[in-house]
Amino acid sequence: MTSARRLTLFLMMAPAILWLGLLIVLPHVEILILSFSERVAPRVYQFGFGNYLEFFTEPLYWRTFARTAIMSILVTAITLLLAFPIALYIARVARGRVKAMLLLLCLLPFWVSELVRTLGWMMLLRETGLISYLLRATGLATQPVELLYNDGAVILGLVYGGLLFMIVPLANALESLDPSVVEAGYDLGGSRATVLRRIVIPHAMPGIVAGSIIVFMLTVGNFATPVLLGGKNGLWFTEQIYAQFITRFNWPQGAAFGMLLLLLSSAIVWAGLRLTGQGLGTTLRQA
Amino acid sequence: MASSNDLDIVNVTKRFGSHAAVEDVSFSVAPGEFFSILGPSGCGKTTLMRMIAGFEHPTSGDIRIRDRSMIGVPANRRPVNMVFQSLALFPMMSVGENVAYGMTCRGVGRAEADERAARMLERVGLNGFGHRQVTALSGGQRQRVAIARCLVLEPTLVLLDEPLGALDLKLREHMKIELKQLQGTFNTTFAYITHDQSEALVMSDRIAVMNGGRFEQIGSPRDLYHNPGTPFVASFVGETNRWRGAVSGAADRGLSVRLSSGVLAQGRGDAKTGDALCFVRPEAIALAAEAGALQILPNRFEGRVSAVLFDGANSSLLINAAGFDEPIRAVLPQAGPLAGITVGAPIHVGWTADAMKVFAA
Amino acid sequence: MLTKRAGFKLATAFAALMVAGSAQAAEKLRLLTWADYAPADIVQQFTKETGIDVEITLSNNEEMISKLRATQGAGFDLVQPSQDRIAGPQAEFGIYKPLDLTKLKSDLFIASMLAATKKNTTIGGKVYGVPHIWGTDGLVVNTKAAPAVADYNDLCGAAVAGKASFRAKRPTLIAFAFANGMDPFAAYGDAKAYSALMDKVGAKLAECKKNVKFFWDGKDQLLNALRTGEVVAAMAWDTGGWKLNAENPEIKFVAPKSGALGWIDTFAIPAKGRNDDAAYKWINFNMRPEIAAKVAAAAGNFTASNGADKLMQGKLKDQFAESFPKAAIDNIKWYPAVPAGIEEIEGKVLDRLKAGS
Repeated sequence: MTSARRLTLFLMMAPAILWLGLLIVLPHVEILILSFSERVAPRVYQFGFGNYLEFFTEPLYWRTFARTAIMSILVTAITLLLAFPIALYIARVARGRVKAMLLLLCLLPFWVSELVRTLGWMMLLRETGLISYLLRATGLATQPVELLYNDGAVILGLVYGGLLFMIVPLANALESLDPSVVEAGYDLGGSRATVLRRIVIPHAMPGIVAGSIIVFMLTVGNFATPVLLGGKNGLWFTEQIYAQFITRFNWPQGAAFGMLLLLLSSAIVWAGLRLTGQGLGTTLRQA
Repeated sequence: MASSNDLDIVNVTKRFGSHAAVEDVSFSVAPGEFFSILGPSGCGKTTLMRMIAGFEHPTSGDIRIRDRSMIGVPANRRPVNMVFQSLALFPMMSVGENVAYGMTCRGVGRAEADERAARMLERVGLNGFGHRQVTALSGGQRQRVAIARCLVLEPTLVLLDEPLGALDLKLREHMKIELKQLQGTFNTTFAYITHDQSEALVMSDRIAVMNGGRFEQIGSPRDLYHNPGTPFVASFVGETNRWRGAVSGAADRGLSVRLSSGVLAQGRGDAKTGDALCFVRPEAIALAAEAGALQILPNRFEGRVSAVLFDGANSSLLINAAGFDEPIRAVLPQAGPLAGITVGAPIHVGWTADAMKVFAA
Repeated sequence: MLTKRAGFKLATAFAALMVAGSAQAAEKLRLLTWADYAPADIVQQFTKETGIDVEITLSNNEEMISKLRATQGAGFDLVQPSQDRIAGPQAEFGIYKPLDLTKLKSDLFIASMLAATKKNTTIGGKVYGVPHIWGTDGLVVNTKAAPAVADYNDLCGAAVAGKASFRAKRPTLIAFAFANGMDPFAAYGDAKAYSALMDKVGAKLAECKKNVKFFWDGKDQLLNALRTGEVVAAMAWDTGGWKLNAENPEIKFVAPKSGALGWIDTFAIPAKGRNDDAAYKWINFNMRPEIAAKVAAAAGNFTASNGADKLMQGKLKDQFAESFPKAAIDNIKWYPAVPAGIEEIEGKVLDRLKAGS
């Protein structure tokens, strides 16, 4: 009887284990092994840490990573600032159909691929694009304005792509806040700012952290948006990995960069969790 | 005109669209008074309380606290604090922080706020609970935190919105007494809303009975119980027998009513003619094994016990009597010859004319 | 619950399906090539003549090599890397297999071009590539907006500030090396010298970067920017320049003073190709003058097919004549084979170029 039940349990778990094993663990193990092989001659490789040393000794690489990480944190912060009022409105003000409509509106851009969304931004921002045209038409600019190919455009595109992933966990967290708790906050003399700072934000904290982790990880690992909107200056760390794998044929180096991206961005998330005093468990439940 | 009251509600009306939740309500609450608003759910009492707290705004009328109009004053600037039905403790803060919250909002320094919070917790019997999480408290303890959080701000008026609703019966009985004592100790004015007449009767100095957005009657618990002004108050406050009938003529210092089943009964009331409602409290009904014992009562009937509803001190009997379409409810005597009465036993019932209130239907 | 019997039946059916699938694949040529190198009508004609289906995957040099490397040369039956990108990757990864020249009709090729390509793609005495399409990298210039642009260095001039473009890829490095008086091909054999040379080129490009609107990546992206005037001068392929020239005569392909860069795309067979016969058939079919002329017209480039040029239409010929006077043709710098390790040096220079702001 118990063995039959154990078998049933095993059979039920099998897809999940297979999925984890084949799609997540195995490739990473392979990448990890690959990252420790150093090329000594054509078709001759040996075990070594050279690929990792390369990252720390070549300023180009760790600077690119630092730049990517800092910009990703910035993107996460901006996304949070923009998403918070939207989530607050969806969770606490909107009701019924309006609420469903708003969530749908947030979801809508994700029905087209990331590439198409990014190309859409290119259409708007380019020198001969809509915004430049409007600026000239309204007399705010006398010459065509190039809004593309700079960090601002990259941040804009990444924030746009991250918004939904911030709004959903935030709205979830805010929805569970008892309205009378907010009223009690006012009733006992709290101003809007006090209620927001001491009651609403602490309550939404697991949602804030969950959304921030998702957006940060998506942003750090993004490829198309920085490549297309960043133009000549926005070298993203993922481009570095792509370059190692595809244009340099240096798989071990690319693998090492991939592992470093995973480790360093995880470290940043961990640091963020420690700073905000949140446990990973509560955060995951919120997400 | 100057008023010495803590709270004056002057002709307040609140409309949501075409529906009037509160209609032309006026009353005053004196300093130190425990004032209850009693009514069934949906009667408008919560809306009224939220207007006093500042979460809703009256369509017309004035709300004055210590003679200062509260119209246009936001909730966080009113000298009024509220104990919510759900208590609404801040789950993200400790017990001490919950109590200190209001003081820090008013600019009291952190250290002083903490100290005053600790003293307040001591006064409500939660000494040393400051660092606990609110989720780790029992129902009664949470109740006390919610009240302490208000009282520490020394408000003119504390509003309580059915705060005992979520508690189990035993604790509720206990908290009734405790609340009353707390109010006495702090000598703070309480405005309490409830749909539970027992809570209102036990704790209040005065009660307003509310129905359909209006006040039916304001008075002391005794007054409401013994001299209900309207049929609604008579039936809503306390247990009662209720029969329909028609006034058939004036009797000695009162009225004679012909009940719908044909029996004549003597009572007192304002109704002069036409359809009437008659109310008699179960405890006002005298019981006897023989008719002779009830000789002096104007209303005397004979019947049989149809049910014994045993509930300790609140036990009652249902008696089927000829001429009554509904059984007569009477208090079950716990001592004397009738203490052991059983279903089916013949019995005589009777009551005075004073005990029967007659209202025009 | 599935019974053993039913399970067995299912497995048999599945196996049968697999066999059927691979049986059909025997009559298929899996071609990894560039855009426009295999036009639909040519493919149809080939299928009609031979009964072989052609499955086309579009790519570029780097991705072709990466794809083959990932599978150690499996997944495709015929690929078309540039002639300079065969020897190095072959030495490093062994992704190609030697060609059986007896199966190719060598008189279909322009003899000099075939010889040059064979020389560049020979490792250990074995030939790995034969030429197909060739063209040049030079300057596409809007002659009205930027009349002074005649060499790569002019892309860095104040006249085209913010309106110039080139790729952040190796041809750019090579071009700017020549434009600044260096010979990168001569330094191919000496990694140290090459590295020093590339550092100089990198510094020059870093200086030039402020002029660059964007580093172009896809051909259409650049052509659109040239059409709208967002970019007025760019380093790009001749074919793109001529295409724009046909739309707007003011835009011209200019052979730079320091020399256009000549490239040749080849046919090569992956190490684990499954249908070599079909591959040789495709090569021979494609080199037939009438076919080669059609392909060259579709790609907008020139072909290594002997005699196809006589069949080509006038427009491209005229454009070629205008862009390439006799001296300019002689000045074309043909890529020698890229030795292994060179990409590493270039890659770092390019990374720095892209990262530095």
